[in-house]
Amino acid sequence: MEAACLPEVMRKGRTLTVKEFCALAYILDERIHLVSSSSMNTIALIPAAINQPTPEELALSGSWTARGIGTIGARLDAVSASASLIVDGARIESLDTAGAWVLQKLLRRLRGEGSHVEMRDLPPEFSKLLDVVEQQAADQTDTPPLASAAPSKLESLGRNAVAAYEQAMALLSFVGECALAFAGCIAHPARFRWRPILFNIRSAGWDALPIVGLLSFLLGIVVAYQGADQLRQYGANIFVADLVGLSMLREFAPLITAIIIAGRSGSAYAAQIGTMSVTEEIDAMRTLGIAPLDMLVLPKIIALLIALPLLTVFADVLGVLGGMIMARAQLAVSFGEFLDRFVKAVSITAYLIGICKAPVFAVIIAVIGCFQGFRTKGGADSVGRQTTRSVVQATFLVIVADALFSVAFSALDL
Amino acid sequence: MQNDTPADAAVIEMSKVSTRFGDHVVHTDVDLEVRRAEIFALIGGSGSGKSTLLREMILLHRPNSGSIRVLGVDLQKLGDDEADDESLALRQRWGVMFQHGGLFGSLTVKENVGLPLREHTALDDVLIDEIAAWKLSMTGLKPEVGAQYPSELSGGMMKRASLARAMALDPELLFLDEPTAGLDPESAGEVDQLVLKLRDLFGLTIVMITHDLDLLWQVADRVAVLADGRMQATGTMSELSKMDNPAIRKFFDGPRGRAAQEQEQEQEQKQEKPQGKVQTSNEFGRPSSKPK
Ligand SMILES: Nc1ncnc2c1ncn2[C@@H]1O[C@H](COP(=O)(O)OP(=O)(O)OP(=O)(O)O)[C@@H](O)[C@H]1O
Ligand SMILES: [Mg+2]
Repeated sequence: MEAACLPEVMRKGRTLTVKEFCALAYILDERIHLVSSSSMNTIALIPAAINQPTPEELALSGSWTARGIGTIGARLDAVSASASLIVDGARIESLDTAGAWVLQKLLRRLRGEGSHVEMRDLPPEFSKLLDVVEQQAADQTDTPPLASAAPSKLESLGRNAVAAYEQAMALLSFVGECALAFAGCIAHPARFRWRPILFNIRSAGWDALPIVGLLSFLLGIVVAYQGADQLRQYGANIFVADLVGLSMLREFAPLITAIIIAGRSGSAYAAQIGTMSVTEEIDAMRTLGIAPLDMLVLPKIIALLIALPLLTVFADVLGVLGGMIMARAQLAVSFGEFLDRFVKAVSITAYLIGICKAPVFAVIIAVIGCFQGFRTKGGADSVGRQTTRSVVQATFLVIVADALFSVAFSALDL
Repeated sequence: MQNDTPADAAVIEMSKVSTRFGDHVVHTDVDLEVRRAEIFALIGGSGSGKSTLLREMILLHRPNSGSIRVLGVDLQKLGDDEADDESLALRQRWGVMFQHGGLFGSLTVKENVGLPLREHTALDDVLIDEIAAWKLSMTGLKPEVGAQYPSELSGGMMKRASLARAMALDPELLFLDEPTAGLDPESAGEVDQLVLKLRDLFGLTIVMITHDLDLLWQVADRVAVLADGRMQATGTMSELSKMDNPAIRKFFDGPRGRAAQEQEQEQEQKQEKPQGKVQTSNEFGRPSSKPK
């Protein structure tokens, strides 16, 4: 059993560095009787081995340790029972709990098959360990192992459908709760928590300006560049203002802003609330009489409701700027000409249509982020999963909502 | 080759260890020695730096100065590289039970316990599962618990599962950070017994941090008291109980301290101490780990 604790270096079966040898010598000084001197020279792991020289005899040798037994299982299964068996344990070099477990399993099987098994020459500390294991194994076999068959395709399809349905219902009820809390706050404006709202406006809005600006600027450049070739062919260079203006203001700016914010803030909301629920902070908040919805969710929704439209305006400006620069470089349309045409081509309605999508996107992002955060159960793993879900779902729903807007606006002839 | 280490050399030796976090000094010149096959307890008030000292023993934190030898290896000389062969080999020779469990949330309890075996041995999965189930039952957990995830366990169950994982590779040295905190009295008693059993059966050296006075009186061979960043004293509980150092008196003079002490004395009279604390030798005929 002592040898069960033989250092790793011995079990790994590689040559030792001087330092390791010193460490080893120190460990071994009291255990040397367990390790034959020949094995000291070749300090290598001697794998566990089992031999059946005659049907009545079993000889065990080597290291019966977690590392030593390796894949001895097949050879153990090959051992055949006979009326009386003598097991010679004298050449076992070390035995740990894993080895003892394997050994007692073998003995139990042989006894079960009607052999009279006798252990011989097993060092006393090994046999003591073996007794403990046998005792334990006897207790353990009383309890049947848990049967858990892998679910069939149909079953997992059904389970997934139910889970999706449940999630959808939970989302709806979460939306309902948020609406109620919001109504409550409107009725009692003192319940609004301005500090977290302002904080969220800064972190989700102000801090996002550079990335939103940069990406919509690049998007404006791309749109103008792609259009430039076609327009030049018809000599319709000036219409680049229509192209950039309408596409950026109506579609691209609100969409790109919402997607960036879903990735940037929606994920942060899910991770923050998820971590808080894992560490019982949400429960603590409830017991302190603070409604998590008031404290965590409403400020985020309100902050995004304010920040996202403003960010969209910013994206509009930079997107058009990008288009303007490209128009001058590729189509020789000067800034003045571009802006002249822009004012005529792009109605105020087009601008407002873009802006009015933003609050809807904001609600989607904040609600999904918080909702997924609250659904976190368990540990760190779950936080990661919910965060991913929040981004995927928010992005998906933002695009679906955008498509619905397009349908609605075309029905309204806007 | 320094093969001149005496037979009962210390398993852990710390000398002049000092630790700071920024300008917050946690330890100054801490000396400590843990002998083979003894149950060594580290006590001290909250925030006195016990967990930090433990982290230094297990290569998770480097002290600002001083030297630490564990299992004959000088930790200062090990490289910073997590995966270098030497520190990897050393890490597999000890098991650690963390104050807050440290179980992996994405694995079931049984997978948690089997993980070290899966990582470091070639055993097949069925066998690993059996061994894991056995280790779990050794710590007193029911077999059903194996299939649960750590987030579904109570605090005490988490402690036990963590202990089972620490024992997965049959380490020589076991570190326990508050093994009985959060356990009901009965389970705490079972942990006492388990710690003793492990030491007797496997000749394990156990280093534990605890505030549990029963555990200290019944199980610990030697106790070290950490206070004001220094090691105030080391000795058996009865030796410590006779000292006047105010930092040590705190542990004995409170109502709980007295109760535990009285209980211990009663037991002593009743059964002349057949077991546990005063053991003259263990199975291996080794001299007792009790200090003279
Ligand atoms: N990573 C860290 N950064 C800064 N300070 C730390 C850090 N870890 C620990 N400390 C400080 O070191 C001191 C000792 O902490 P430690 O966790 O070791 O205490 P402890 O004795 O284990 O207490 P307890 O009994 O409450 O677990 C504390 O004052 C703590 O604030
Ligand atoms: Mg601690």
